[in-house]
Amino acid sequence: MARVLTKGKEMKERRLFLRRSAALVSGAALAGHAHADPLAGEPWERVYGAGFTKYGQPARHEQIGRHLGQPYGELAPGSGAALSPIEALDGIITPNPVHFIRSHSGTPEIDPKVHRLYIHGLVERPLRFSIDALLRYPRVTRVYFLECSGNSSRALTPKPAQVPAGAMHGNISCAEWTGFPLRVLLEEAGVRPQAKWILAEGADGAHMSRSVPLEKALDDAMIALYQNGERLRPEQGYPVRLLLPGWEGNMSVKWLRRIKLTDGPTHTKDETSKYTDALPDGRALQFTYEMGVKSVITRPSSTMKLAERGFHEISGIAWSGAGRVRRVEVSTDGGQTWAEAALEGAERTRALVRFRSPWEWNGGTALLQSRATDEKGNVQPLRRDWVARYATDARFHNNSIVSWGVESDGSVKHVYA
Amino acid sequence: MSTRSRVVLCAALAVAGCATAQRAATPPPRLGEPVSAAQLAGYDISIPPSGEGLPPGSGTAREGLKVYEQHCLACHGAKGVGKPADALAGGIGSLATKTPLRTVGSYWPYSTTLFDYVRRAMPLNNPLSLSDDEVYAVSAYVLFLNGIVSEDAVMNAKSLPQVKMPNREGFISDWPPRRN
Repeated sequence: MARVLTKGKEMKERRLFLRRSAALVSGAALAGHAHADPLAGEPWERVYGAGFTKYGQPARHEQIGRHLGQPYGELAPGSGAALSPIEALDGIITPNPVHFIRSHSGTPEIDPKVHRLYIHGLVERPLRFSIDALLRYPRVTRVYFLECSGNSSRALTPKPAQVPAGAMHGNISCAEWTGFPLRVLLEEAGVRPQAKWILAEGADGAHMSRSVPLEKALDDAMIALYQNGERLRPEQGYPVRLLLPGWEGNMSVKWLRRIKLTDGPTHTKDETSKYTDALPDGRALQFTYEMGVKSVITRPSSTMKLAERGFHEISGIAWSGAGRVRRVEVSTDGGQTWAEAALEGAERTRALVRFRSPWEWNGGTALLQSRATDEKGNVQPLRRDWVARYATDARFHNNSIVSWGVESDGSVKHVYA
Repeated sequence: MSTRSRVVLCAALAVAGCATAQRAATPPPRLGEPVSAAQLAGYDISIPPSGEGLPPGSGTAREGLKVYEQHCLACHGAKGVGKPADALAGGIGSLATKTPLRTVGSYWPYSTTLFDYVRRAMPLNNPLSLSDDEVYAVSAYVLFLNGIVSEDAVMNAKSLPQVKMPNREGFISDWPPRRN
């Protein structure tokens, strides 16, 4: 009989059968005739579960979301940043729906059949590539972090903001990127000897553009097409983006439409008026590309509350644009003593590392800090040293130590120490 | 290690070596389509400090005021004072103080960046819509607001790159990186 049913009908029949069976079982259990003790099980164990969906969603009880930073409000809702909720995540891979976003003119709606990537300037053969063509190149997969150089600028306000860690430090994410080396396309176009830089430009309304030294473009720069196994999302540069491991996120130009090889930097708006590091004497550092060695404790962190004394794991993320993280130390007494944390993923270069350190909270006050050191020997600086080095309104490349104060009632506060 | 496992290992290495060599010898596909200068012209909008690539056309601050009022004033305020968007004028001499004001006039090192950015990104809700004359004119107006050019100075492909910005010498290049 079941064999002649269509597939849909068969499933419907089966669901009905299961429901009836469940009703019988629970009826029997309530009546208490069959057994002296009813079989243990919550309500969801006594019904047939939900059907499949094509694209999954998180648990109803675990709704997380990005922290939206929209300085122009509804006037320009896609200008600013959406910061990753690092306080709610574990491991090192940022799920695509909560990867941080930094955009200047919103997210463009790009037709991949129409979009082209142009490569021209100081090359032997100016070329353009369709997305279908780019998808045919042999691919590689790499795990890299991406950090906006304005990350942690909110930790430079006069008073420490009492907001979740991600709302201040969440312009950092880490993903598995798939694509191929930019070098392959540059070699196909034929780099002329006079070429020393490239200008990379996006197809958003801002036509976001940055100059990149040719040395980086020929080294580990990637043409990225996939992120964590799926095609790039629109807000991450669909259909194609540049990815410059370890360098300030702004340079990993999304919606990549053009690469021009040049003999010098173009001095675009985002490498002169912005993304330059203002010094107290009025001058500013320009072309500071590498993201400094950094760490932040994500649990426990600002706005959380420890429910009870006893064991708590101190955990967080660490990274360095210069390469691998060699060491993360954790302090619970504001830097008087340090303990070396266990690292996960320390073998990867320019990727997030997860650190963990056991802690017994005795119910007193505590001052939690983490300090990262990379393989080049760079050490994460103290906040006061960082602040003294730059102008009062500096807001890029803040990699200073983050401090969380635990109060005796268990509440965790953002403090400057 | 037994002799047998040594043999197996060597064979495996030989196969791996062969595969690597084969892969390296296989050139990537060459799927780029040649493009002509004419096909590139509309896309090639980046302007370096030399002014190379600046288009024909011209404008003055006097003409730029009309462009500014129509397309820029709502976000950048009268005379470029800013709010809600960035201030465009003022702040010259403020950078070494405790309250620096970073504007086109006080901070930007090159006038060509102004033309480049306005043309590629402004106005925010309708980029790529201004004519080259309008971009020259409104660039002239912003420079005029900062006291850098006169109201009747003609900005064009030749004159714009020659405008010396007050903060031209204010940047220290960190590439190649200096090590502390």
